[in-house]
Amino acid sequence: MSVLVLADHDNASLKPATLNAIAAAAKLGPVHVLVAGHGCDGAAAAAAQAPDVAKVLKADAAPYAHPLAENVAPLVAGLARGYGHVLAAATTVGKNIMPRVAALLDVQQISDVLQIDAADTFVRPIYAGNALATVRSGDAIKVITIRGTAFPAAAATGGSAPIETVGDAGDAGLSSFLRSELSKSERPELTAARIVVSGGRGMANGENFKTYLEPLADKLGAAVGASRAAVDAGFVPNDYQVGQTGKVVAPDLYLAVGISGAIQHLAGMKDSKVIVAINKDEEAPIFQVADFGLVGDLFKLVPELTAALPPRK
Amino acid sequence: MKILVGVKRVIDYNVKVRVKADGTGVETANVKMSMNPFDEIGVEEAVRLKEKGIATEIVAVSMGPAAAQETIRTALAMGADRGILVQTDAELQPLAVAKLFKALVAKESPQLVILGKQAIDDDCNQTGQMLAALLGWAQGTFASKVAPADGRLEVTREVDGGLETLSIALPAVVTTDLRLNEPRYASLPNIMKAKKKPIETLTPDALGVDPAPRLVTLKVAEPAKRLAGVKVKDVAELVDKLKNEAKVI
Repeated sequence: MSVLVLADHDNASLKPATLNAIAAAAKLGPVHVLVAGHGCDGAAAAAAQAPDVAKVLKADAAPYAHPLAENVAPLVAGLARGYGHVLAAATTVGKNIMPRVAALLDVQQISDVLQIDAADTFVRPIYAGNALATVRSGDAIKVITIRGTAFPAAAATGGSAPIETVGDAGDAGLSSFLRSELSKSERPELTAARIVVSGGRGMANGENFKTYLEPLADKLGAAVGASRAAVDAGFVPNDYQVGQTGKVVAPDLYLAVGISGAIQHLAGMKDSKVIVAINKDEEAPIFQVADFGLVGDLFKLVPELTAALPPRK
Repeated sequence: MKILVGVKRVIDYNVKVRVKADGTGVETANVKMSMNPFDEIGVEEAVRLKEKGIATEIVAVSMGPAAAQETIRTALAMGADRGILVQTDAELQPLAVAKLFKALVAKESPQLVILGKQAIDDDCNQTGQMLAALLGWAQGTFASKVAPADGRLEVTREVDGGLETLSIALPAVVTTDLRLNEPRYASLPNIMKAKKKPIETLTPDALGVDPAPRLVTLKVAEPAKRLAGVKVKDVAELVDKLKNEAKVI
Protein backbone atom coordinates (compact mmCIF):
# COMPACT_ATOMS: atom_id res chain seq x y z
CA MET A 1 0.00 0.00 0.00
CA SER A 2 1.25 3.51 -0.77
CA VAL A 3 2.36 6.03 1.82
CA LEU A 4 1.22 9.64 1.84
CA VAL A 5 3.74 12.29 2.90
CA LEU A 6 2.57 15.80 3.76
CA ALA A 7 5.22 18.17 2.42
CA ASP A 8 6.49 21.08 4.52
CA HIS A 9 7.28 23.84 2.04
CA ASP A 10 7.12 27.56 1.35
CA ASN A 11 5.28 27.20 -2.00
CA ALA A 12 8.50 27.82 -3.93
CA SER A 13 10.58 24.96 -2.53
CA LEU A 14 10.51 22.06 -0.06
CA LYS A 15 11.76 22.47 3.50
CA PRO A 16 14.77 20.15 3.92
CA ALA A 17 12.99 17.98 6.52
CA THR A 18 10.49 16.88 3.86
CA LEU A 19 13.27 14.83 2.23
CA ASN A 20 13.87 13.07 5.55
CA ALA A 21 10.16 12.25 5.74
CA ILE A 22 10.27 10.92 2.17
CA ALA A 23 13.22 8.69 3.12
CA ALA A 24 11.30 7.29 6.12
CA ALA A 25 8.17 6.76 4.01
CA ALA A 26 10.14 4.89 1.34
CA LYS A 27 10.81 2.18 3.94
CA LEU A 28 7.04 1.52 4.12
CA GLY A 29 5.88 1.58 0.49
CA PRO A 30 5.60 3.66 -2.68
CA VAL A 31 5.64 7.35 -1.71
CA HIS A 32 3.05 9.91 -2.71
CA VAL A 33 3.75 13.49 -1.63
CA LEU A 34 0.97 15.98 -1.00
CA VAL A 35 1.91 19.60 -1.65
CA ALA A 36 -0.92 21.77 -0.34
CA GLY A 37 -0.22 25.41 -1.02
CA HIS A 38 -1.07 28.39 -3.15
CA GLY A 39 1.07 29.12 -6.17
CA CYS A 40 2.99 26.01 -5.16
CA ASP A 41 4.23 24.79 -8.56
CA GLY A 42 7.83 25.25 -7.42
CA ALA A 43 7.42 23.05 -4.36
CA ALA A 44 5.45 20.41 -6.33
CA ALA A 45 8.15 20.34 -9.03
CA ALA A 46 10.84 19.94 -6.36
CA ALA A 47 8.96 16.99 -4.82
CA ALA A 48 8.58 15.38 -8.26
CA GLN A 49 12.37 15.41 -8.70
CA ALA A 50 13.04 13.24 -5.65
CA PRO A 51 13.68 9.72 -7.03
CA ASP A 52 11.92 8.07 -4.08
CA VAL A 53 8.64 9.80 -4.95
CA ALA A 54 6.16 7.85 -7.13
CA LYS A 55 3.56 10.58 -7.42
CA VAL A 56 2.98 14.17 -6.34
CA LEU A 57 -0.49 15.36 -5.36
CA LYS A 58 -0.86 19.11 -5.72
CA ALA A 59 -3.66 21.04 -4.03
CA ASP A 60 -3.24 24.65 -5.12
CA ALA A 61 -5.81 26.95 -3.52
CA ALA A 62 -5.99 30.17 -1.51
CA PRO A 63 -6.91 28.46 1.82
CA TYR A 64 -3.51 26.68 1.68
CA ALA A 65 -1.38 29.80 1.10
CA HIS A 66 -0.27 29.31 4.72
CA PRO A 67 -0.31 25.88 6.34
CA LEU A 68 -3.36 26.50 8.56
CA ALA A 69 -4.23 23.26 10.34
CA GLU A 70 -7.98 23.96 10.15
CA ASN A 71 -7.79 24.02 6.33
CA VAL A 72 -5.05 21.49 5.57
CA ALA A 73 -6.08 18.71 7.99
CA PRO A 74 -9.47 17.96 6.34
CA LEU A 75 -7.73 17.74 2.94
CA VAL A 76 -5.14 15.29 4.27
CA ALA A 77 -7.76 13.26 6.15
CA GLY A 78 -9.88 13.04 3.00
CA LEU A 79 -6.98 11.73 0.92
CA ALA A 80 -5.64 9.49 3.73
CA ARG A 81 -8.38 6.89 3.39
CA GLY A 82 -6.58 5.40 0.38
CA TYR A 83 -3.32 4.91 2.26
CA GLY A 84 -1.84 2.69 4.97
CA HIS A 85 0.38 5.40 6.41
CA VAL A 86 0.36 9.18 6.48
CA LEU A 87 3.69 10.79 7.40
CA ALA A 88 5.12 14.22 7.98
CA ALA A 89 8.37 15.51 9.39
CA ALA A 90 8.06 16.65 13.01
CA THR A 91 8.54 20.31 12.10
CA THR A 92 6.25 22.91 13.64
CA VAL A 93 4.01 22.50 10.57
CA GLY A 94 3.85 18.70 10.90
CA LYS A 95 3.34 18.87 14.66
CA ASN A 96 0.51 21.35 14.22
CA ILE A 97 -1.41 19.59 11.44
CA MET A 98 -0.91 15.83 11.88
CA PRO A 99 -2.66 15.31 15.26
CA ARG A 100 -5.64 17.14 13.77
CA VAL A 101 -5.55 14.69 10.85
CA ALA A 102 -5.27 11.74 13.24
CA ALA A 103 -8.28 12.85 15.29
CA LEU A 104 -10.38 13.36 12.14
CA LEU A 105 -9.51 9.75 11.20
CA ASP A 106 -10.05 8.51 14.79
CA VAL A 107 -6.51 7.15 15.06
CA GLN A 108 -3.80 7.58 17.68
CA GLN A 109 -0.83 9.39 16.12
CA ILE A 110 2.71 8.16 16.68
CA SER A 111 4.90 11.22 17.27
CA ASP A 112 8.56 11.83 16.55
CA VAL A 113 9.41 8.35 15.23
CA LEU A 114 13.13 7.49 15.30
CA GLN A 115 13.03 4.02 13.80
CA ILE A 116 10.61 1.88 11.80
CA ASP A 117 10.71 -1.75 12.97
CA ALA A 118 7.72 -2.98 10.96
CA ALA A 119 4.72 -1.48 9.16
CA ASP A 120 2.92 -1.23 12.51
CA THR A 121 5.86 -1.01 14.95
CA PHE A 122 7.88 2.10 15.68
CA VAL A 123 10.48 3.40 18.12
CA ARG A 124 9.95 6.87 19.59
CA PRO A 125 11.57 8.89 22.37
CA ILE A 126 9.81 9.59 25.67
CA TYR A 127 10.98 11.62 28.69
CA ALA A 128 13.12 13.93 26.56
CA GLY A 129 14.86 10.99 24.93
CA ASN A 130 15.90 9.46 28.26
CA ALA A 131 13.92 6.39 27.27
CA LEU A 132 12.94 4.86 23.94
CA ALA A 133 9.53 3.24 23.59
CA THR A 134 8.74 0.61 20.98
CA VAL A 135 5.04 0.90 20.18
CA ARG A 136 2.67 -1.06 17.98
CA SER A 137 -0.38 0.55 16.40
CA GLY A 138 -3.58 -1.34 15.74
CA ASP A 139 -5.16 1.55 13.80
CA ALA A 140 -6.06 0.96 10.14
CA ILE A 141 -4.23 4.12 9.02
CA LYS A 142 -1.00 4.99 10.80
CA VAL A 143 -0.54 8.74 11.25
CA ILE A 144 3.09 9.45 12.00
CA THR A 145 5.49 12.32 12.45
CA ILE A 146 9.15 11.43 12.04
CA ARG A 147 12.21 13.00 13.58
CA GLY A 148 14.13 14.29 10.58
CA THR A 149 17.58 13.73 12.05
CA ALA A 150 16.87 10.00 12.48
CA PHE A 151 16.43 9.39 8.74
CA PRO A 152 19.11 10.49 6.26
CA ALA A 153 17.56 12.77 3.63
CA ALA A 154 16.31 11.19 0.41
CA ALA A 155 17.98 12.29 -2.83
CA ALA A 156 16.52 15.58 -4.04
CA THR A 157 17.07 15.22 -7.79
CA GLY A 158 17.13 12.65 -10.53
CA GLY A 159 13.47 11.64 -10.48
CA SER A 160 10.48 12.78 -12.50
CA ALA A 161 7.30 11.72 -10.75
CA PRO A 162 3.95 12.71 -12.27
CA ILE A 163 2.14 15.65 -10.66
CA GLU A 164 -1.59 15.12 -10.20
CA THR A 165 -3.87 17.97 -9.23
CA VAL A 166 -6.30 17.23 -6.40
CA GLY A 167 -9.32 19.31 -5.42
CA ASP A 168 -9.26 21.48 -2.35
CA ALA A 169 -11.36 21.05 0.76
CA GLY A 170 -12.24 24.74 0.97
CA ASP A 171 -11.70 27.28 3.74
CA ALA A 172 -12.87 26.13 7.18
CA GLY A 173 -13.35 29.80 8.05
CA LEU A 174 -11.83 29.33 11.50
CA SER A 175 -8.42 30.89 11.20
CA SER A 176 -6.50 33.37 9.12
CA PHE A 177 -2.85 34.29 8.77
CA LEU A 178 -1.95 37.80 9.91
CA ARG A 179 1.83 38.09 9.80
CA SER A 180 5.12 36.38 10.47
CA GLU A 181 8.42 37.56 11.86
CA LEU A 182 10.98 35.14 10.58
CA SER A 183 14.57 35.39 11.70
CA LYS A 184 16.58 36.53 8.71
CA SER A 185 19.88 34.76 8.44
CA GLU A 186 22.46 34.03 5.78
CA ARG A 187 23.46 30.98 7.79
CA PRO A 188 22.11 27.48 7.18
CA GLU A 189 18.93 26.36 8.93
CA LEU A 190 19.63 24.78 12.33
CA THR A 191 18.04 21.40 11.67
CA ALA A 192 19.70 21.04 8.24
CA ALA A 193 23.17 22.43 9.02
CA ARG A 194 26.28 20.24 8.78
CA ILE A 195 27.89 22.18 11.63
CA VAL A 196 26.13 23.87 14.56
CA VAL A 197 27.71 26.30 17.02
CA SER A 198 25.58 26.79 20.15
CA GLY A 199 25.95 29.14 23.09
CA GLY A 200 24.63 28.81 26.61
CA ARG A 201 24.30 30.83 29.78
CA GLY A 202 28.09 31.17 29.82
CA MET A 203 27.82 33.61 26.90
CA ALA A 204 26.62 36.14 29.52
CA ASN A 205 24.62 38.30 27.07
CA GLY A 206 23.22 38.52 23.55
CA GLU A 207 25.94 40.88 22.36
CA ASN A 208 28.54 38.17 23.01
CA PHE A 209 26.71 35.83 20.61
CA LYS A 210 27.41 38.40 17.90
CA THR A 211 30.97 39.19 19.01
CA TYR A 212 32.20 35.68 19.71
CA LEU A 213 29.95 32.94 18.28
CA GLU A 214 28.83 34.38 14.96
CA PRO A 215 32.36 34.90 13.57
CA LEU A 216 33.17 31.30 14.54
CA ALA A 217 29.97 30.07 12.90
CA ASP A 218 30.68 32.03 9.74
CA LYS A 219 34.20 30.65 9.48
CA LEU A 220 32.75 27.12 9.72
CA GLY A 221 29.68 27.76 7.56
CA ALA A 222 27.68 26.74 10.62
CA ALA A 223 24.22 27.48 12.00
CA VAL A 224 23.96 29.21 15.39
CA GLY A 225 21.94 27.61 18.18
CA ALA A 226 21.46 28.14 21.89
CA SER A 227 20.53 26.34 25.08
CA ARG A 228 17.20 26.98 26.75
CA ALA A 229 19.04 28.86 29.51
CA ALA A 230 20.38 31.34 26.93
CA VAL A 231 16.91 31.73 25.42
CA ASP A 232 15.23 32.15 28.81
CA ALA A 233 17.82 34.79 29.71
CA GLY A 234 16.82 36.70 26.58
CA PHE A 235 20.21 36.45 24.81
CA VAL A 236 18.69 35.11 21.58
CA PRO A 237 15.20 34.34 20.17
CA ASN A 238 13.45 31.04 20.90
CA ASP A 239 13.93 29.68 17.37
CA TYR A 240 17.64 29.28 18.26
CA GLN A 241 16.75 26.81 20.99
CA VAL A 242 18.21 23.31 20.78
CA GLY A 243 16.70 20.79 23.18
CA GLN A 244 13.64 18.83 24.25
CA THR A 245 11.47 21.92 24.06
CA GLY A 246 13.22 23.40 21.04
CA LYS A 247 14.79 21.91 17.95
CA VAL A 248 16.45 18.52 17.66
CA VAL A 249 19.67 18.57 15.64
CA ALA A 250 22.18 15.91 14.62
CA PRO A 251 24.92 17.65 12.62
CA ASP A 252 28.36 16.24 11.76
CA LEU A 253 29.89 18.66 14.24
CA TYR A 254 28.24 20.32 17.26
CA LEU A 255 30.16 22.91 19.23
CA ALA A 256 28.66 23.63 22.66
CA VAL A 257 30.08 26.86 24.03
CA GLY A 258 29.36 27.89 27.61
CA ILE A 259 26.66 25.21 27.85
CA SER A 260 26.58 23.14 31.04
CA GLY A 261 24.65 20.28 29.43
CA ALA A 262 21.25 20.04 31.12
CA ILE A 263 19.26 16.89 30.26
CA GLN A 264 16.82 18.97 28.28
CA HIS A 265 19.62 20.34 26.08
CA LEU A 266 21.32 16.97 25.59
CA ALA A 267 17.98 15.61 24.34
CA GLY A 268 18.29 17.97 21.39
CA MET A 269 21.87 17.33 20.29
CA LYS A 270 23.25 14.06 21.63
CA ASP A 271 22.88 12.32 18.27
CA SER A 272 25.40 14.69 16.66
CA LYS A 273 28.31 12.80 15.10
CA VAL A 274 31.08 14.78 16.83
CA ILE A 275 30.50 16.96 19.88
CA VAL A 276 32.94 19.59 21.10
CA ALA A 277 32.43 21.34 24.43
CA ILE A 278 34.10 24.52 25.59
CA ASN A 279 33.35 25.34 29.22
CA LYS A 280 35.20 26.81 32.17
CA ASP A 281 33.73 24.25 34.60
CA GLU A 282 35.51 20.98 34.04
CA GLU A 283 32.77 19.15 35.99
CA ALA A 284 30.05 20.34 33.60
CA PRO A 285 27.88 17.41 32.42
CA ILE A 286 28.39 18.44 28.79
CA PHE A 287 31.89 16.90 29.00
CA GLN A 288 30.27 13.49 29.62
CA VAL A 289 28.91 13.46 26.08
CA ALA A 290 31.61 15.49 24.31
CA ASP A 291 34.14 13.78 22.06
CA PHE A 292 36.53 16.64 22.59
CA GLY A 293 36.43 18.89 25.63
CA LEU A 294 38.31 22.12 26.14
CA VAL A 295 38.29 23.56 29.65
CA GLY A 296 38.81 27.30 29.92
CA ASP A 297 37.51 30.81 29.38
CA LEU A 298 35.37 30.86 26.27
CA PHE A 299 36.00 34.57 25.74
CA LYS A 300 39.66 33.73 25.21
CA LEU A 301 39.29 30.31 23.54
CA VAL A 302 36.57 31.09 20.99
CA PRO A 303 38.49 33.92 19.25
CA GLU A 304 41.60 31.70 19.30
CA LEU A 305 39.65 28.90 17.68
CA THR A 306 38.13 31.22 15.10
CA ALA A 307 41.62 32.47 14.20
CA ALA A 308 43.10 28.96 14.07
CA LEU A 309 40.52 27.57 11.64
CA PRO A 310 41.37 27.46 7.97
CA PRO A 311 39.51 29.99 5.84
CA ARG A 312 36.25 28.67 4.36
CA LYS A 313 36.52 27.00 1.02
CA MET B 1 -15.44 33.91 29.02
CA LYS B 2 -15.14 30.55 30.73
CA ILE B 3 -11.83 28.72 30.38
CA LEU B 4 -11.00 25.04 30.78
CA VAL B 5 -7.35 24.42 31.49
CA GLY B 6 -5.73 20.99 31.42
CA VAL B 7 -3.22 20.03 34.14
CA LYS B 8 -1.34 16.74 33.83
CA ARG B 9 0.48 15.04 36.68
CA VAL B 10 3.92 13.99 35.45
CA ILE B 11 7.32 13.06 36.85
CA ASP B 12 8.95 16.30 38.01
CA TYR B 13 11.19 17.79 35.36
CA ASN B 14 14.20 17.74 37.69
CA VAL B 15 14.02 13.99 38.24
CA LYS B 16 16.42 11.81 36.29
CA VAL B 17 14.10 9.24 34.76
CA ARG B 18 15.11 5.58 35.05
CA VAL B 19 13.97 2.77 32.81
CA LYS B 20 12.63 -0.27 34.70
CA ALA B 21 14.86 -3.31 34.52
CA ASP B 22 12.10 -5.41 32.93
CA GLY B 23 11.66 -2.91 30.08
CA THR B 24 7.95 -2.28 30.74
CA GLY B 25 8.23 1.43 31.44
CA VAL B 26 10.01 3.91 33.69
CA GLU B 27 10.25 3.92 37.49
CA THR B 28 7.42 5.96 39.01
CA ALA B 29 7.40 4.53 42.55
CA ASN B 30 8.63 7.05 45.14
CA VAL B 31 9.39 9.57 42.40
CA LYS B 32 8.48 13.24 42.84
CA MET B 33 5.46 14.18 40.71
CA SER B 34 4.52 17.71 39.60
CA MET B 35 2.33 19.60 37.21
CA ASN B 36 3.53 19.39 33.60
CA PRO B 37 5.51 22.67 33.12
CA PHE B 38 3.63 23.61 29.93
CA ASP B 39 0.35 23.21 31.86
CA GLU B 40 1.60 25.57 34.57
CA ILE B 41 2.03 28.14 31.81
CA GLY B 42 -1.54 27.37 30.73
CA VAL B 43 -2.94 27.95 34.23
CA GLU B 44 -0.95 31.20 34.51
CA GLU B 45 -2.32 32.45 31.18
CA ALA B 46 -5.89 31.66 32.24
CA VAL B 47 -5.38 33.46 35.56
CA ARG B 48 -3.95 36.50 33.78
CA LEU B 49 -6.97 36.59 31.44
CA LYS B 50 -9.18 36.54 34.52
CA GLU B 51 -7.20 39.32 36.17
CA LYS B 52 -7.68 41.40 33.01
CA GLY B 53 -11.43 40.86 33.28
CA ILE B 54 -11.57 38.75 30.11
CA ALA B 55 -12.08 35.36 31.74
CA THR B 56 -14.94 34.87 34.18
CA GLU B 57 -14.29 31.36 35.46
CA ILE B 58 -11.36 28.95 35.27
CA VAL B 59 -11.93 25.22 35.57
CA ALA B 60 -8.78 23.11 36.04
CA VAL B 61 -9.09 19.59 34.63
CA SER B 62 -6.86 16.61 35.27
CA MET B 63 -7.22 13.01 34.14
CA GLY B 64 -5.61 10.03 35.81
CA PRO B 65 -5.30 8.42 39.23
CA ALA B 66 -6.79 9.87 42.44
CA ALA B 67 -3.42 11.51 43.20
CA ALA B 68 -3.97 13.88 40.26
CA GLN B 69 -6.17 15.80 42.75
CA GLU B 70 -2.93 17.29 44.09
CA THR B 71 -2.15 18.70 40.65
CA ILE B 72 -5.61 20.25 40.50
CA ARG B 73 -5.05 21.76 43.99
CA THR B 74 -1.88 23.39 42.67
CA ALA B 75 -3.88 24.96 39.83
CA LEU B 76 -6.54 26.10 42.33
CA ALA B 77 -3.83 27.69 44.46
CA MET B 78 -2.54 29.56 41.40
CA GLY B 79 -6.01 31.01 40.83
CA ALA B 80 -8.31 28.49 39.12
CA ASP B 81 -11.84 28.55 40.55
CA ARG B 82 -12.75 24.88 40.66
CA GLY B 83 -11.52 21.51 39.48
CA ILE B 84 -12.64 18.41 37.64
CA LEU B 85 -10.85 15.09 37.98
CA VAL B 86 -11.58 12.40 35.43
CA GLN B 87 -10.43 9.52 37.54
CA THR B 88 -9.01 6.33 36.06
CA ASP B 89 -6.02 4.12 36.68
CA ALA B 90 -5.98 3.05 33.03
CA GLU B 91 -3.34 4.36 30.61
CA LEU B 92 -4.68 7.39 28.74
CA GLN B 93 -3.32 8.22 25.30
CA PRO B 94 -3.83 11.63 23.65
CA LEU B 95 -6.80 10.61 21.47
CA ALA B 96 -8.65 9.34 24.56
CA VAL B 97 -7.77 12.49 26.52
CA ALA B 98 -9.06 14.62 23.64
CA LYS B 99 -12.33 12.66 23.61
CA LEU B 100 -12.73 13.08 27.38
CA PHE B 101 -12.09 16.82 27.03
CA LYS B 102 -14.67 16.99 24.25
CA ALA B 103 -17.24 15.45 26.62
CA LEU B 104 -16.29 17.99 29.30
CA VAL B 105 -16.65 20.84 26.79
CA ALA B 106 -20.20 19.65 26.06
CA LYS B 107 -20.90 19.71 29.80
CA GLU B 108 -19.16 23.01 30.66
CA SER B 109 -19.48 25.08 27.43
CA PRO B 110 -16.19 27.02 27.75
CA GLN B 111 -15.13 29.57 25.15
CA LEU B 112 -11.49 28.64 25.44
CA VAL B 113 -9.54 25.50 26.34
CA ILE B 114 -5.86 26.00 27.22
CA LEU B 115 -3.53 22.99 27.22
CA GLY B 116 0.24 22.59 27.35
CA LYS B 117 1.78 22.00 23.94
CA GLN B 118 3.19 18.69 25.16
CA ALA B 119 3.57 16.72 28.36
CA ILE B 120 7.13 16.03 29.40
CA ASP B 121 6.45 12.33 30.00
CA ASP B 122 5.19 10.99 26.67
CA ASP B 123 6.32 14.08 24.68
CA CYS B 124 3.42 13.50 22.24
CA ASN B 125 2.34 17.06 21.41
CA GLN B 126 -1.11 15.99 20.17
CA THR B 127 -3.98 16.53 22.61
CA GLY B 128 -4.79 20.19 21.84
CA GLN B 129 -4.80 19.68 18.08
CA MET B 130 -6.92 16.53 18.45
CA LEU B 131 -9.43 18.24 20.70
CA ALA B 132 -9.77 21.15 18.25
CA ALA B 133 -10.37 18.64 15.44
CA LEU B 134 -13.04 16.72 17.39
CA LEU B 135 -14.84 19.96 18.29
CA GLY B 136 -14.43 21.55 14.84
CA TRP B 137 -12.77 24.52 16.57
CA ALA B 138 -9.79 26.65 15.64
CA GLN B 139 -6.42 25.86 17.22
CA GLY B 140 -3.65 28.21 18.30
CA THR B 141 -0.75 25.89 19.03
CA PHE B 142 2.72 26.65 20.50
CA ALA B 143 1.47 30.07 21.60
CA SER B 144 3.89 32.70 22.85
CA LYS B 145 1.27 35.46 22.97
CA VAL B 146 -2.52 35.41 23.21
CA ALA B 147 -4.57 38.59 22.74
CA PRO B 148 -8.37 38.79 22.43
CA ALA B 149 -9.39 41.09 19.56
CA ASP B 150 -12.89 41.75 18.12
CA GLY B 151 -14.43 38.55 19.43
CA ARG B 152 -11.51 36.49 18.12
CA LEU B 153 -8.05 35.62 19.41
CA GLU B 154 -4.77 36.81 18.01
CA VAL B 155 -2.29 34.05 18.71
CA THR B 156 1.44 34.47 18.12
CA ARG B 157 3.00 31.06 17.55
CA GLU B 158 6.55 29.74 17.87
CA VAL B 159 7.35 28.25 14.43
CA ASP B 160 10.61 26.85 13.05
CA GLY B 161 11.82 30.04 11.41
CA GLY B 162 10.60 32.51 14.06
CA LEU B 163 7.11 33.71 14.96
CA GLU B 164 3.76 33.65 13.18
CA THR B 165 0.57 35.44 14.19
CA LEU B 166 -2.87 34.04 13.38
CA SER B 167 -6.36 35.32 14.00
CA ILE B 168 -8.56 32.46 15.19
CA ALA B 169 -12.29 32.25 15.81
CA LEU B 170 -13.68 31.55 19.26
CA PRO B 171 -14.36 29.11 20.80
CA ALA B 172 -10.84 27.78 20.38
CA VAL B 173 -8.12 25.55 21.76
CA VAL B 174 -4.78 27.17 22.62
CA THR B 175 -1.62 25.24 23.48
CA THR B 176 1.18 26.94 25.35
CA ASP B 177 4.84 27.35 24.50
CA LEU B 178 7.57 28.28 26.95
CA ARG B 179 7.66 32.01 26.41
CA LEU B 180 3.95 32.69 26.83
CA ASN B 181 4.50 33.72 30.45
CA GLU B 182 6.33 32.91 33.66
CA PRO B 183 4.04 31.02 36.02
CA ARG B 184 3.60 32.46 39.52
CA TYR B 185 4.26 30.65 42.76
CA ALA B 186 1.14 30.09 44.81
CA SER B 187 1.12 32.15 48.02
CA LEU B 188 0.44 30.47 51.35
CA PRO B 189 -2.97 32.16 51.81
CA ASN B 190 -3.93 31.03 48.30
CA ILE B 191 -2.81 27.47 49.04
CA MET B 192 -5.08 27.53 52.13
CA LYS B 193 -7.96 28.98 50.11
CA ALA B 194 -7.48 26.33 47.40
CA LYS B 195 -8.28 23.62 49.94
CA LYS B 196 -11.85 24.90 50.11
CA LYS B 197 -12.40 25.11 46.36
CA PRO B 198 -14.57 22.31 44.93
CA ILE B 199 -13.24 19.40 42.86
CA GLU B 200 -15.76 17.26 41.02
CA THR B 201 -14.78 13.67 40.27
CA LEU B 202 -16.02 11.94 37.12
CA THR B 203 -15.12 8.75 35.26
CA PRO B 204 -14.57 8.04 31.54
CA ASP B 205 -17.66 5.83 31.74
CA ALA B 206 -19.82 8.64 33.09
CA LEU B 207 -18.61 10.81 30.20
CA GLY B 208 -19.46 8.08 27.67
CA VAL B 209 -15.88 7.70 26.42
CA ASP B 210 -14.00 4.45 25.80
CA PRO B 211 -10.44 5.36 26.75
CA ALA B 212 -8.81 2.09 25.60
CA PRO B 213 -5.26 2.72 24.31
CA ARG B 214 -4.67 2.32 20.59
CA LEU B 215 -0.90 1.93 20.88
CA VAL B 216 0.60 -1.05 22.68
CA THR B 217 3.98 -0.40 24.26
CA LEU B 218 6.10 -3.45 23.48
CA LYS B 219 9.14 -2.31 25.40
CA VAL B 220 10.89 0.68 26.91
CA ALA B 221 14.67 0.81 26.70
CA GLU B 222 17.50 3.13 27.62
CA PRO B 223 19.04 4.95 24.69
CA ALA B 224 22.58 4.03 23.72
CA LYS B 225 24.98 5.81 26.03
CA ARG B 226 27.38 8.23 24.47
CA LEU B 227 30.87 7.71 25.81
CA ALA B 228 32.79 10.68 27.10
CA GLY B 229 35.71 11.54 24.88
CA VAL B 230 38.95 13.24 25.68
CA LYS B 231 39.92 16.64 27.05
CA VAL B 232 42.26 18.52 24.79
CA LYS B 233 44.84 20.90 26.23
CA ASP B 234 44.49 23.81 23.83
CA VAL B 235 42.91 25.18 20.68
CA ALA B 236 45.71 23.87 18.46
CA GLU B 237 45.12 20.30 19.63
CA LEU B 238 41.36 20.70 19.17
CA VAL B 239 41.76 21.93 15.58
CA ASP B 240 44.19 19.08 14.88
CA LYS B 241 41.76 16.47 16.24
CA LEU B 242 38.81 17.90 14.32
CA LYS B 243 40.81 18.03 11.11
CA ASN B 244 42.80 14.81 11.24
CA GLU B 245 40.98 12.47 13.61
CA ALA B 246 37.30 13.33 13.28
CA LYS B 247 37.71 14.82 9.79
CA VAL B 248 34.75 17.18 10.24
CA ILE B 249 36.45 20.44 9.28
